[in-house]
Parts: sequence; structure tokens; C-alpha cells
Amino acid sequence: MTRTPELKTIFMDGLWHQNTGLVVLLGLCPLLAVTGTVINGLGLGLATMLTLMASNLSVSLLRGLLRPEIRIPAYVLIIASVVTALELLMQAWMHDLYRILGIFIPLIVTNCAIIGRAEAFASRNQPVPALVDGFATGLGFCLTLVLLGALREITGRGALFADAHLMFGSLGDKLTITVIPDHPGFLLAILPPGAFIGLGLLIAARNWWQARRAESVHVAAVASPQAVT
Amino acid sequence: MTSVAANMLRSAVLLALVAVIGTSLLAGIHALTRERIEDQERRVVLEQLNQVLPPGEYDNALHEDVIEIRDIVSFGHDKAVRVYRARLQGRPMALVMNLVTADGYNGDIRLLVAIREDGEIAGVRVISHHETPGLGDPVELERSDWILGFNGRSLNNPTDLGWAVQRDGGIFSQFTGATVTPRAVVEAVQRVLQYFSKNQEILFELPAIEEGHDQNP
Repeated sequence: MTRTPELKTIFMDGLWHQNTGLVVLLGLCPLLAVTGTVINGLGLGLATMLTLMASNLSVSLLRGLLRPEIRIPAYVLIIASVVTALELLMQAWMHDLYRILGIFIPLIVTNCAIIGRAEAFASRNQPVPALVDGFATGLGFCLTLVLLGALREITGRGALFADAHLMFGSLGDKLTITVIPDHPGFLLAILPPGAFIGLGLLIAARNWWQARRAESVHVAAVASPQAVT
Repeated sequence: MTSVAANMLRSAVLLALVAVIGTSLLAGIHALTRERIEDQERRVVLEQLNQVLPPGEYDNALHEDVIEIRDIVSFGHDKAVRVYRARLQGRPMALVMNLVTADGYNGDIRLLVAIREDGEIAGVRVISHHETPGLGDPVELERSDWILGFNGRSLNNPTDLGWAVQRDGGIFSQFTGATVTPRAVVEAVQRVLQYFSKNQEILFELPAIEEGHDQNP
């Protein structure tokens, strides 16, 4: 059994070092499909996050029981149950958002990131770290969706948080921000190619940031070797 | 041998146990949410109907007084057309038809068309479509008020030739870069009006279908 890493390390891995959307590149189908607006991205991101937390927790609780030869079908059963439950709850309490995200909710089952975390982390760790891992991985995925959604919504429609009432009720109507007034609309950003280009830009930005940070750490280490341990 | 069999049996029982837990969880949640989901679906249908027909014009349960018709000659396809009948104190007031047209640029366009009993259009809405975003989507009310141009129209206003987009010599404007979508909508609305003028009486007479199955809007 591998040693459980510290919660902070788990958190940073899920959010940044092993970000599902930008580094591991799992679950790209929903990521590319729903990110036309921030709200759609946020909706699917939160649903994925909840699924990850619930499935990680259940897998971790059942890890003593699940023998290697049946673990994969068991994970699939757990994940499918969680997603279906989520779909029903969303249909009941967030019906309008459900009508938009509808077909992508069942697709969460096929998001390889979820079974990946169940197998790679939850099945080998205590419930609490597993839950934190699910939360961090889900948050990383959700933030990627929101960022990509924002990028495409600003360039494509010149607005932010359109349709926020689908998620926040009447409160959301005031949330919509017009970033570029009288924006003629930029089709490429709204259509699927915009998702690929946007994701490419985000990955590039993350890599650039990472490279720059590595460099500055290196410089600091050369200047004062004892400062870095 | 027996230990292998016992091992397999144990695995099977464990897997079945997981399945049972998952299934009972879902059954519970389903029972808990079923009523609310049905309410929500009814609310969505009624909200859409009220967009094309003001709720003050009728007093019956509009979403329950519904029939389904199929007529390949009138609509150009044999898909079911839902007809909601609005009545005020039992008198026929208006019909709201829920139908698709397959003549769009990309897949079916689903329309709601409300016609008052004097043959005048009360309202038209596109409730779902897969037209190109940015080009074909001005048929949505959220994108432009083009669809409101049907209000108050009837089979003789404009006359036959006028029921077309401007490029085809009619009175309805097309959108920049997209003629197919508005053309499909205009043609579908005209077909509904023609069907209505021929079958108006019988549409109000037919017995309503039982609700609870085939709730697809």
C-alpha cells in the first residue's frame, strides 16, 4: 500500500499539477462540448465535481471489500448510480439548466477522469483523503470548464454569465455582464473549433507559466542555494 | 477446485451487493423526485404555451386538453403533431400546435404555433432547433424579434404569394447568411394555417388523449 500524501499535496495535485483538463487531458468530450458559456461550464463542472467526490468516497469506503477481479465493474456501477442520482436531482431542482446540459449529464459516466481517480487514488486511500482528492480534481476540472467558457463567451458573444438565471434563479438576471457592447458575435469561438483552439491556448498558457516558474526557482537556487530545500 | 468456486461465488455476491445498494439508492431518489420532475415538466410545457397564447384568453387546463394528429399530406411528414385546445367557458378559443419541420438547415426545428378561432395567429415560437449558432438562431426570440412578425397574420394576410421570405418574393425577411432557416419556419407556419382552415371544427371535437405517456414536448 502506498503512503497517503498530505492533504495539501493532494489538493494542489488535483487543482494544478495533475489538472484533469489541462495536464492529464481526460474528459475532453464534455469539456469541449458544453463550454459555450460560463454557466454551462460551471453547471457541468459542479456536477462532475459532485460525482467525483461521491464516487471517490464510496470506492474508498468499499476498498476493503472490493477484490481486484471485480473492482472495475464495481466502480462502473458506483459511478453510474451516482450520476443517475445526480441527474434525477437536477431534473427536479434545476430543471432549466438540466434541459440545456441534459445529454451531457449521463456522459459524466464516461468521463475517464472519474474511474481514473477511483482506481489510482480512492481504492488505495482512506475516505477523507479520497474525498479531498475528488474535490480537488473536480475543482480543477470545473475551473478549467469555467475558464474556457469565459474565454469563448467573451470572444464569441461579448458577454459573461449569460443565462445565469438557469442556475441562480431570479438573482442571476443581474449577473450578466456585457463585456464588449454591440459585439457582432464571433462564430468561430462559439462553434466546436473555438473549443479546441481555446483549450490549446489554455494549455499553452499553463505550460508557459510553469516553465517560467521553474526558471525563477532555478535562478533563486543558484543565487542562494540554502534558501531552497 | 472448491476454493476457486467459493472464490468466484464470493466475488459474484460482492458485485451483486454493490448493484443492490446502487439500485435501491436510485429507487429511493426516483420515488423522492418523481412528483417534482413531473411538475417541472408540466410547468415547462405550460410556460411555452403561455408564450404563444396569453393565459387570460382561456380558462381550461390547456396542457391537458390535447390531441395528436398525423397528416403527411398537410405537414410533409408523418410525425405526430400535438394540438392543445384553448377554451373559454367551453367555447373554442384557440389552438396551439406543436410540430416539427424537417426543412431546416440542420435537423428538425420544433415550433409552437397558436391560432385563434378566427384564423389569426396569436404567436409563434421556435422551441428547439439545431441551426447554426449566429446564423440561423435569430428565429429564437432571445436573439431577435423576427418571430414576432407572425403575430396577427392569417392565411389571407398576407395572401398566398406573400407567405415566403423576401428572397422568394414574400414579405418575411431572411437573415444575413441564412435563408434556409426562416424559409422553413415560414413554410411550416403557412402549412399549419392551411391545415387549421380545413380542419378547425373537428380539431376541437376530438376526444383528448390520456396524459402521462409520451410527454416529450
